[in-house]
Amino acid sequence: MNGAQDLGGQMGFGPIELEDKEPNFHAKWEERAFAITLAMGGTGSWNIDTSRHARETLPPPIYLTSSYYEIWTWGLEKLCLDKELITEGELKTGHMEEPAKPVKQVLTADKVAAALAKGGPADRPEQQPARFKVGDRIRTKRMHPEGHTRLPRYARDTVGVIEAVHGVHVFPDTNAHGRGEQPTWLYGVLFKGTDIWGPDSDPRLSLRIDLWEPYLDLA
Amino acid sequence: MAHDHDHDHDRDHSELSEIELRVRALETLLTEKGYVDPPALDELIETYETKIGPKNGAQVVARAWSDPAYLERLRADATAAIAEFGFTGRQGEHMVVVENTPNTHNMVVCTLCSCYPWTVLGLPPVWYKSAPYRSRAVRDPRGVLLEFGVSLPEDKEIHVWDSTAEIRYLVIPERPSGTDGWSEEQLAELVTRDSMIGTGLALQPSELEAAQ
Repeated sequence: MNGAQDLGGQMGFGPIELEDKEPNFHAKWEERAFAITLAMGGTGSWNIDTSRHARETLPPPIYLTSSYYEIWTWGLEKLCLDKELITEGELKTGHMEEPAKPVKQVLTADKVAAALAKGGPADRPEQQPARFKVGDRIRTKRMHPEGHTRLPRYARDTVGVIEAVHGVHVFPDTNAHGRGEQPTWLYGVLFKGTDIWGPDSDPRLSLRIDLWEPYLDLA
Repeated sequence: MAHDHDHDHDRDHSELSEIELRVRALETLLTEKGYVDPPALDELIETYETKIGPKNGAQVVARAWSDPAYLERLRADATAAIAEFGFTGRQGEHMVVVENTPNTHNMVVCTLCSCYPWTVLGLPPVWYKSAPYRSRAVRDPRGVLLEFGVSLPEDKEIHVWDSTAEIRYLVIPERPSGTDGWSEEQLAELVTRDSMIGTGLALQPSELEAAQ
C-alpha cells in the first residue's frame, strides 16, 4: 500500500539525527513494548507480514510522528484486537474481562534462546521453475495495491537486471492478508540510479532490491 | 545533534506518560490472559542487551579478512558461514555478504520498515529506522555518508541494498592498511557497526589508538 512507511525517495525529513551512545532502549516502556511484541509474535497468531501491514496501515500523520516502539505498540494493539485476543474494553482498563482465546503456543523463558536461534526462515521448496535467470532484463510492474506489498513506489515501472536468484520465498502480498504463503521466486534485482532518479542523478549510484516474481515482467 | 532540546524534552515527556500507560496496560492484559510469560519478556530484553550485538558481526568480518577459505564460504553461503560462530536465527535466517572494494562502496537500508541483520548486528539504532535515513539512503547516499563523516571519492561506485525481503545484508568493509599480521581479535576492534551497515568505514589503526 502507498502508506507512510514507503519512504524511499521522499524529501524534507531533514538531517539524520545521530545520538550519543545509541542505547537499544531509551526507557523501560520501550523494553517492554519490544518484548511483548516479540512474545506475541511467538504465539503464532499472525505472521511477520501481517505485523508489518498492521504498522503500515497506521494513518500517515500518526506513523510519521510516532517513535519506533510507539509504532510497534499501536501495531500490536491492532493485531490483538483484529485476532480477538483482547477487546477494546480490556485495552482501556488494562485487565482481563473475557476469557483468553486459545493460542498455538506461549513463549516461556526457557524456550527464548532456542526460538531466537531458530528464527523464522522464509524459504520454501521449489514448486515450479524460475521464470527469470541472472542477466535477464525485467521491468517492474506499475501497480498500486491497497494491500501489503514489498515493491517500493520508487522502483515501480522501472527497468532492471536480475542479479541473483534467491530461491522460493513466502509471498508477503498474500501472506499479510490471510491468503496463504503462496511461495514464489525471489530475485535480487539491479537498477541503475539514473533509471530510478533520472538523468541528472548520481551516475555512480546503483540499487539492489529483492523482488518477487509477480512484481516483474521481461523488459 | 541539530535539534531543539527544550521542544524535544517537552514532547518526550508528554508522550512518555501516555505511551507508558498504554504499554503497561497492554502487558498486564496479555499476561493476565496467559499469552505472554513475564520471565520470557525479561529474557528477550536481556538477550539483545547483553548477548547479541555488533561484536558478532565484527568477528565475522575479521575472519573474512584473515582467512581466504572462510571468505569463500561466506560468498557461497553466508548464512552457513556465519552459523559457524553460532550466530543464527531471528532476522538472520537468509544472510548475504557484500564486499567493499577500492572501486565500490556498499550501503544497506530498509526503506519500507526496519529490516536489519539482528544475528550479527543486534537491534538497529534509531537513525536506521528513522524517516531521514530511510528516505534518503536510496536517493542520496553520498549526502547521507557526509553526515556520518564519510567522504567518498567522486569516482567510487555506490551500491545501495534495499532490504525489501527476508534477505539480510552484511557489509564487509575494506581491510585497513597497516594491519598485516594482526590477529582476528585485533582486527575485530577495527570493525565498527556502521562499517557493517555501510554508513562508515573500518577504523584505521591510528584511529583505534586514539580511541583507546
